[in-house]
Amino acid sequence: MKISARLFLAVIVMAIGLVVLLGFFIDLPVLNVLRTVFLRWAVILAAVAILVGLFNLAAVHWRKMGSRQPGRFYSAVLLISMVVTLVIGLAFGPTSTWSLWIFNYIQVPVESSLMAVLAVVLAYASARLLNRRINLFSIVFLGTALLILIGTATIPGLVVPGLTGLRAWITQVPAAGGARGILLGVALGTIATGLRVLIGSDRPYGG
Amino acid sequence: MNLPSFLNPAGLLGLAFIVVFLGLMIFFAASGRKQPGRALRTISAFARLGRAVGLAVEAGRRLHVSLGSGSLNGLESGSALVGLTVLQRIARAASISDRPPVATSGDTPVALLSQETLRSTYSAIGASGQYNPLAGQVSGLTPFSYAAGTLPVIYDQQVSANVLAGHFGSEVGLIADAGERSGSLVLAGSDNLPAQAVLYAAAEEPLIGEELYASGAYLQAGPMHIASLRAQDILRWVLVGVILAGAALKLLGFL
Repeated sequence: MKISARLFLAVIVMAIGLVVLLGFFIDLPVLNVLRTVFLRWAVILAAVAILVGLFNLAAVHWRKMGSRQPGRFYSAVLLISMVVTLVIGLAFGPTSTWSLWIFNYIQVPVESSLMAVLAVVLAYASARLLNRRINLFSIVFLGTALLILIGTATIPGLVVPGLTGLRAWITQVPAAGGARGILLGVALGTIATGLRVLIGSDRPYGG
Repeated sequence: MNLPSFLNPAGLLGLAFIVVFLGLMIFFAASGRKQPGRALRTISAFARLGRAVGLAVEAGRRLHVSLGSGSLNGLESGSALVGLTVLQRIARAASISDRPPVATSGDTPVALLSQETLRSTYSAIGASGQYNPLAGQVSGLTPFSYAAGTLPVIYDQQVSANVLAGHFGSEVGLIADAGERSGSLVLAGSDNLPAQAVLYAAAEEPLIGEELYASGAYLQAGPMHIASLRAQDILRWVLVGVILAGAALKLLGFL
């Protein structure tokens, strides 16, 4: 990309970013109108990008299906499913009985199964943590997780006095305090990242 | 003092905070150019990433950058943009590899930006031939379908290191577990608290808190990254001071 084109892109991004940012803080009608227009454009572009992304997904799996890579059968399943869902969605509409059937009886059960697998994976990962990184923080992490789990679960016959109170104290005092500290850091990091894009220091749009 | 009708105290305070933040970043970037070489504290994850990139190039294996399933026009866009910076640095460092890095994401605008990041990086270093638009791919459009779509990339594409940098939910445990099972390094950070808890247990090298946002500074993405890190440190102490002062005033009955 030529330097002038890169500069042009950077100027557009900086100008639009500045208008949207100022529109959040200053209640001027012209800024509000421009901010709303730019955000609507962003939503339209994001919708178009979904279509492009679908082509990208199809292209990746089409290439994989045509190669001798392992798992190409799954790519074929994905492509057939994609075409069938697209045809049904276009023919009958996204809220039709057929579309909802696909959602309720294929997508939801598959994602629920993955969530169930995740529970096992996390239990295994927690056990592996003691093997991989045994230090004070890991022990506190696992001990707290166990306390919260036992304090939350309703196991018949297992009533430990004071555990419910301890669980409430952990979640409301040290956990909430720690979470707020982390969120403060995340918020500052997000602002810094946004400002770097705004002043053209980071240019993920090219250049 | 009466403010004009288009200004309100909360908006003015927010704008002042942003202006001070930007001023500090520019100041530290300018002073950093005059006095370079200021040391950052050691984060083992970034030290291992540097070694992992070198080993991947030597062994002819691939690096995988997972950008998460957060959207670009939401609050989680910051972590996705950090992921793109990481992708750019990794693509640059591994440009001589037989197997260029691959990026997966669960949001199509982020995927398009990952393609653009790869294209512009290769173009900048004169390696345009390395660019393949399918190296920046969409793996799935919901969090769990994204995780499921990312697993074959980790298992089938001879990946030696996975960098997970973006917005994830608890489903990131599946991706980290796949990396562990395939014997590849998993370095991971997210802006989401449940994901950070999952990654602490499941990832070999987790990035906790704002460490993810320091990626650019540690991967030498430019003086502005180090400057923004220093600005964050100062403003964090200012905010801590304000919170403590507020708590003290409340305790004493002034608020």
